[in-house]
Amino acid sequence: MAVDGAVVRRSNRVSLLKLFRENRIFQGLALISPADLYLFVFMILPLVLVVGLSFLSRGTYGEVEFQFNPTNYVRLFDPIYGRILVYSLGVGFGTTIFSILIGYPLAYNIARSPARQRSLLLFLILVPFWTNFIIRVYAWIMILRAGGFLDGLLQWMAITSQPLGLLYTPTAVMIGMVYEFLPFMILPLYTSLEKIENSLLEAAADLGAPPWRVFLRVTLPLSVPGMIAGTILVFIPAMGMFVIPDLMGGAKTVLIGNVIRNQFLTARDWPFGAAASMILMLMTLVLTMYYTRKAGFSEELLV
Amino acid sequence: MSGEYAVELRDVVKKFITPEGNELAAVNHVTMQINHGEFFSMLGSSGCGKTTSLRLIAGFEWPTEGEVYIGGKLMGHTPPFQRPVNTVFQSYALFQHLTVFQNVAFGLEMEGVSTEDIKKRVGRALEMVQLTGMDKRHPKQLSGGQQQRVALARALVKTPQVLLLDEPLGALDLKLRKEMQLELKALQKQVGITFIYVTHDQEEALTMSDRIAVMSFGKVMQLGPSVEIYERPTNRFVADFIGESNFLEGKVKSLQGDRAIVAVPAWNTELIGLPTGKVRAGDDVIISVRPEKIRLGDKQEQPQNCIDGVVVNSTYIGSDTHVYVEVRGRKLKIWEQNRVSSLDQSAYHRNGAQVWLTLLPENTLVLPSD
Repeated sequence: MAVDGAVVRRSNRVSLLKLFRENRIFQGLALISPADLYLFVFMILPLVLVVGLSFLSRGTYGEVEFQFNPTNYVRLFDPIYGRILVYSLGVGFGTTIFSILIGYPLAYNIARSPARQRSLLLFLILVPFWTNFIIRVYAWIMILRAGGFLDGLLQWMAITSQPLGLLYTPTAVMIGMVYEFLPFMILPLYTSLEKIENSLLEAAADLGAPPWRVFLRVTLPLSVPGMIAGTILVFIPAMGMFVIPDLMGGAKTVLIGNVIRNQFLTARDWPFGAAASMILMLMTLVLTMYYTRKAGFSEELLV
Repeated sequence: MSGEYAVELRDVVKKFITPEGNELAAVNHVTMQINHGEFFSMLGSSGCGKTTSLRLIAGFEWPTEGEVYIGGKLMGHTPPFQRPVNTVFQSYALFQHLTVFQNVAFGLEMEGVSTEDIKKRVGRALEMVQLTGMDKRHPKQLSGGQQQRVALARALVKTPQVLLLDEPLGALDLKLRKEMQLELKALQKQVGITFIYVTHDQEEALTMSDRIAVMSFGKVMQLGPSVEIYERPTNRFVADFIGESNFLEGKVKSLQGDRAIVAVPAWNTELIGLPTGKVRAGDDVIISVRPEKIRLGDKQEQPQNCIDGVVVNSTYIGSDTHVYVEVRGRKLKIWEQNRVSSLDQSAYHRNGAQVWLTLLPENTLVLPSD
């Protein structure tokens, strides 16, 4: 028996090698195996774990019970979570739109400044990253809190006489979010604006376009790829953000990111947290896919 | 047509600050008048100020000194989008995010032409440059030559008073370039618009232009009809830059009518020549003779302007034979056309052969030495 088994295994191995030798698909898979392995360990495996987890049950003491339970997803349709989801979407959109509005003129001016100054200006955009994120958020708390720097400045300039009470409001959350994500909008926008050749702007002017029409007809459309990239880089992480709403919004502003964090750390309901993560992921995936399809009409021609 | 000239540059200076902080006059006191309906070329090597001159007319640059007039109107600081000229760029500068049709329609849209008329005029423009049926393509889907035509149609569709072309054929291969040269020339005749053409290719300029301005270091070295530029250069730079020339130093002994008698110390003789620039008796001068204008013979044909030498090198190049003759220590190049077919190498001037060179007075140009 033992001998037989060895023979069988041996012949199996031979046929497996033969498969790699003769089958083009297997050859291809073998050649990209380092990438396969990477993707498997760092993406597919964790994703499968989360998906699996989202269908299990919470035990009495917050442990995970291996019992199939689809109600985690049903619970998410509770109006409370629905409202949080919609609110998160709103904050995500708001952060993206304000990042574009503030980031575009900045990126445009950097791209149009003399080559020597450009690297310095880009460097300045990146400088805040040298400081820990939490510390930067606390800096904003110092600025925005009642009687903080902003109130002090405004009162000193005699613009206001009362504290604004900005901290722990949705406005504070929005300020913090835009501040945090702005560089992720500026950098891709800069890249696509910097690529626009001066001769294109001259050609448009030469054909009779005053500066504002040059901007609308040439500069803006040609910077769309950068805007798409920036939007993806800002919108996706903004949707899952929980630190800024926690620290700057007090307990009043709850985003889907906070819900997920609370389920894992406070409520110790891992399966429900996993289900919420899945919903967030699906939503961002669908939205970004729709957006890139819609807005990316000219992208393949520009790249 | 308004104004005496289509375009006029009056004593224009354009200074730039170099990255090192020095002041550089890219255009240095340039004056030129370009006639209505003319094919005018600015010719020179890179950095001679030809492109800057064109950009001054287009309005991308404003003169430091002097004035630019278009159709008799002083341009001053008029921005490009308000000038009655259009440009074909060296890089074509087509809008990659727009189709061929939208590219050509761009300028008309800016004028506020109705959609109906835009369709008609763009259609006609595309027909003119033989791109009918390409209107839905994007520039990236076209060949270099086709992109060049789109750029041309885009500028011409606006029927400008003057069309400015900045080395538009530079990126094309030789054969296509020659075709496009003739096509452009024909197109210019057909539409009757003034063309101002910038090029560093002398053959291109000679082929296409009614008149040429040869430029160097921001100055106009000579301005005149193509024939005049080649046949009667007024200074050594132009004689050297356009085509090829043999040069000799001399001193004017006397002037007789439109001829000058010049002593040539290197040859210990006198030559009769044709002064093309301002030359007076006693002036040091440069004598310039084109290689194809020297006659080779085996005996002295005339008492004057005839000198003997030895063939030191002769190269058969098919249509011509390039013969190098040493005359009293000076080497001269002579292009001889091979008018008679022969397989005998010796028929094409053997090395070491004694020859007589005849330099007719009208081919012997007397230029002021600079």
